[in-house]
Amino acid sequence: MGAVSDVPAFRRGVKFRFDSVRDSWVLLAPEKLFMPDDIAVEILKLVDGERAIKAIVDDLATRFDAPRGEIEADVIATLDDLSARGAIQL
Amino acid sequence: MTMPAPPMGLIAELTHRCPLQCAYCSNPLRMDAPKSELSTDDWKHVLDQAARIGILQVHFSGGEPMARRDLPELIAHAAGAGLYTNVITSGVLLSDAAMDGLMAAGVDHVQLSFQDVDPQKADHDGGYRGGHARKLEAARRIRDSGLPLTANFVIHKRNIARVAAMIALGEALGAERMEIAHTQYYGWALLNRDALLPSREQLDFATAVVEAARARLKGRIAIDYVVPDYHAARPKACMGGWGNRFINISPSGKALPCHAAETLPGFTFPSVKEASLAEIWLGSDAFNRFRGTGWMPETCRSCDRREIDWGGCRCQALALAGDAAQTDPACHRAPDHHRIEEAVAKAAASEALELVPRRMQ
Repeated sequence: MGAVSDVPAFRRGVKFRFDSVRDSWVLLAPEKLFMPDDIAVEILKLVDGERAIKAIVDDLATRFDAPRGEIEADVIATLDDLSARGAIQL
Repeated sequence: MTMPAPPMGLIAELTHRCPLQCAYCSNPLRMDAPKSELSTDDWKHVLDQAARIGILQVHFSGGEPMARRDLPELIAHAAGAGLYTNVITSGVLLSDAAMDGLMAAGVDHVQLSFQDVDPQKADHDGGYRGGHARKLEAARRIRDSGLPLTANFVIHKRNIARVAAMIALGEALGAERMEIAHTQYYGWALLNRDALLPSREQLDFATAVVEAARARLKGRIAIDYVVPDYHAARPKACMGGWGNRFINISPSGKALPCHAAETLPGFTFPSVKEASLAEIWLGSDAFNRFRGTGWMPETCRSCDRREIDWGGCRCQALALAGDAAQTDPACHRAPDHHRIEEAVAKAAASEALELVPRRMQ
């Protein structure tokens, strides 16, 4: 379970990039690929191996009109899921 | 019919040549001769087209893809076209120089297969003396180079008792991912099924070991577990659905919806030497025949899992039910499901059968 002090990073061999054919962001990983939804895309754009989850939540909270607690829960759930699937390390 | 979405992955079977002779190989019994293989330029043309039509990942496979000297050149070309590159290898040819070549080419990931954890048994089943030791060296080279590593173990009744030791080996090698993959019964594996197919009890044992390891390694090492559909209640969504996610190119350039599709009668599979990948994906009979749900028999069409399982596997339907357009007998609702149960019983009654090694004719 991710904590707000955790610093998420893409694991080795994971690439987050924009696909112009589909006009959408894709997460490419060893033998796997993910099509992140709009919320996950906004979160993943802030994953750089330096920002902690708290900073990601702060950033999103200034830009999106939603309660901070809800954003934090979304961020942690998204990153936990991608961590369990081997794309992110926390 | 609506326009098919772009394909996600290209499986580039560069060659059917392989130094190993694994009897569980799913390559076809009739393999493509070396002289029929696509040229370097042919493959580059395929890779360029793949990127243009929306393919995101290319899996260099075989046979042993490292048996092609132009592998680094093809990886570099694919990477230059924006494709994610994956090499699926036995590792026995992965010398220091070969590793340097892959790294210079910009490879993203290597999947390394093991036959067993016991070196003697591994070398016996792979038909290659000293092979296991070479694989351990290959794993070290992959990790030293900073690449992520997937350790792949294909399991069957000859090695399934050692599944816990396989996971321990993957951990010791520093793998990020592991695949514990039950043998898929196509090609050579189907020929050797009685000597390979585990019993229900063996399967349950392996499943319990994998589940415990998954819980223990969560967030550190992801374990993909491929169950044998002979013991599953539901069929696998083969290739994520026919003509839905993947294009497989055979060594001689035939475009296939799955790598076993050449066993299906009544098909003319298009060659990348004669048609573009876009034409093949969108317009060929081979890719459209079992695409979507329109082709399905009543058992599948009336099922609420029709767009989850996609009717299972067409090649398995042919091999076991005698008709590629039937529901995969692996499904518990299939009219021919009894054939699966008969195969399981037959394999359970067959102890210590000799394997037929995979060899070119």
